[in-house]
Amino acid sequence: MRINTREELERKRKEYANSLKTQRKQILICAGTGCVAGGSLNIYAKMQEILIARGIKCSLVLEKEPHDESIGLKKSGCHGFCEMGPLLRIEPEGILYIKVHVEDCEEIIEESIVNDRVIERLVYHDPEGKAYERQEEIPFYKQQTRVALEDCGHINAESIKEYIAVGRYSAVAKALFDMTPQQIVDEVSEASLRGRGGGGFPTGRKWQQVLDQKEEIKYIVCNGDEGDPGAFMDRSMMEGDPHRVIEGMLIAGIATGAHYGYIYVRAEYPLAVERLQTAICKATEKGLLGENILNSGFGFDLKISQGAGAFVCGEGSALTASIEGNRGMPRVKPPRTVEKGLFGKPTVLNNVETYCNVPPIINKGAAWYKTLGPDKNHGTKAFALTGNVMNTGLIEVPMGTPLRKVIFDIGGGVKGGGFKAVQIGGPSGGCLCINPTEDHLDLHLDFDSLKKVGAMIGSGGLVVMNDKSCMVEVARFFMNFTQNESCGKCIPCREGTKRMLELLNDICEGRGTMEHITMLEELAETISATALCGLGKTAASPVVSTMKYFREEYLAHVVDKKCPAGQCKALTVLQIDPELCKGCSKCAKLCPVGAISGEVKKPFTIDPAKCIKCGACKEGCNFHAVKEV
Amino acid sequence: MEAKEQKVMDEILESHSYDPTAVIAIMQDIQQIYRYLPEEMLCYIAKKLHLSEAKVYGVATFYENFSLDPKGKYVIKICDGTACHVRKSTAILDEIRSLLGVTAQNPTTDDMLFTVETVSCLGACGLAPVCTVNDAVHAAMTPEKARELIKELKAEAGVGEEAADEN
Repeated sequence: MRINTREELERKRKEYANSLKTQRKQILICAGTGCVAGGSLNIYAKMQEILIARGIKCSLVLEKEPHDESIGLKKSGCHGFCEMGPLLRIEPEGILYIKVHVEDCEEIIEESIVNDRVIERLVYHDPEGKAYERQEEIPFYKQQTRVALEDCGHINAESIKEYIAVGRYSAVAKALFDMTPQQIVDEVSEASLRGRGGGGFPTGRKWQQVLDQKEEIKYIVCNGDEGDPGAFMDRSMMEGDPHRVIEGMLIAGIATGAHYGYIYVRAEYPLAVERLQTAICKATEKGLLGENILNSGFGFDLKISQGAGAFVCGEGSALTASIEGNRGMPRVKPPRTVEKGLFGKPTVLNNVETYCNVPPIINKGAAWYKTLGPDKNHGTKAFALTGNVMNTGLIEVPMGTPLRKVIFDIGGGVKGGGFKAVQIGGPSGGCLCINPTEDHLDLHLDFDSLKKVGAMIGSGGLVVMNDKSCMVEVARFFMNFTQNESCGKCIPCREGTKRMLELLNDICEGRGTMEHITMLEELAETISATALCGLGKTAASPVVSTMKYFREEYLAHVVDKKCPAGQCKALTVLQIDPELCKGCSKCAKLCPVGAISGEVKKPFTIDPAKCIKCGACKEGCNFHAVKEV
Repeated sequence: MEAKEQKVMDEILESHSYDPTAVIAIMQDIQQIYRYLPEEMLCYIAKKLHLSEAKVYGVATFYENFSLDPKGKYVIKICDGTACHVRKSTAILDEIRSLLGVTAQNPTTDDMLFTVETVSCLGACGLAPVCTVNDAVHAAMTPEKARELIKELKAEAGVGEEAADEN
């Protein structure tokens, strides 16, 4: 079972690759959280049932010594096209079937597996009705460049053999035998890989600082506490390609001389925990984790630490405090994590996606990596595309890709209205928009370009908003989130976010004055200057950014007491159209506060002073006579 | 704490090698079994892990996933958001509370079948008034529908009114 040497790893790779090749066809069923919720595991079970019933040889795991061809049936990681799930891919043709149901299984086996035909009705059709048989031809995929996600959706997410078969874990061998720790760090520095968790700190510099520490015990920690609402890149990587996370961390360990690692996964990701646990067990069995890896003398142990529902644990020092079994609250820095991190020891703390970028850098070299993305912002970035967008899903594009391309070419455009803004970077980020003075659609998505306009990449959540979204309400939503998740250690964040939320509530509910706006600005400045941790310092960003780009919307709420997008209920006025009203008195009976009066068979009226804008009359009216103005 | 529970505690602690840094994982295991963190168990693990009770309590109250109060088999959450409120969610809350004999102070039934809570806004205002049972959403509730719902849940748990009458 155990792979003892580098040569043996190479031998095994050939063996596994051959086994993969003898699978005449492979059926990859997406088993990411989204598709599982859509019933993909039932499809998997049904497929297996049919294949067995029809006497077709099927391999659920990679056979040791394949003697004849079979059909490989596997659960893969997230394919990314979540909007169209459950997804099913057939190899080697690369056919992608979308919105697959259990009822389609029989037909898929008959047509596509037995008779080699494509089922037209199950392939993707673009809005013009053009059919795309191959996954790679679909515009959503065609414009992407996958590095961190290259295997996600293409191999069995639970199989170490398939991961090895496609040439992985070779970066570990290279790092162990062909490179010194300093060379590894130099390669990562040269590639100018920057932290994908939000900050964009150069990974190589971080590793160098840990390598330089003389301490005997050092730690490698992976931050999988992806708490931003609307972000799921790290989850997909941990679920879909867990061995890549392990390989990246292992290389970090070799580079910095650390022998212990922790992956901190948030409690809301049970599937990621399960897949990582399986992967760690398999890697340990194969001798790729544990003592004396590939007979190099280097050992590395990896553990999973599960969160318990606290957004703040995504902050470095809070995360390490949580692994240590404490309340997850940030501490004052310095000392920094690279000096005194987990258990007071030098610690490399990187995000899941950052680690996923390491194996290809080691394998293909920094020079190759630098061909992707603009200067100082090399590589690719995964984004979770959500909100009012046609193609919700997980994407990966080179750094510096224009926003327009992401939203319109890959995302398929805005749903339910015109483009208004995109919120990037979650509760710490800002919004990008199009208005008379700004046009961010041609903005390049990379660390430095975004910083210039007061936004940040953050972990990579992109929430698209159409022109029916109220930006004040969006700011209020994020402030409510941050306020709920504030750990309470420092006053600026604990009290400041509370006051800001009160002010925003006032504005949304029609009690706003110009003073509210001044106070919001003042508080935002104070919080970002004085809060203890990164999350606190950026807590006001959504407000600052929406106030900068949508000031007239704030003014409309405060001065005219109107919500231009019609989202803030308290600012809408309900009226009965006398032309349409038949005087049936239904609305008056529905009104919980007795604000509607009138004479039967004559138009009724609403007393705005009594009306609480619940909308019961509007919904109940059979003649659509109640209108919001 | 009874001997049986102590055995469960010891097994959990053993599986984490009595490691005080694993206190969060230990509490997760306890909650997995008991669906909340009983006070005496927290005191017990504090003693066994050589941590102060204050420290264990501090951790237990910091993380949102931990609950110090026992919850019923069915956790019913009634939305108390504005939209639901004006569509008489209070009447539904009152109905369910009186049916089950619970109050705001004592939200859980004696048979540990139901816990009734309010929740600020579920964001399902279009379906108002709504309630959730263990996260499944029930839309457009009325006191009548609430009575039906409780009846169904009781039947599902095997303690329907007929069964109760026989006792």
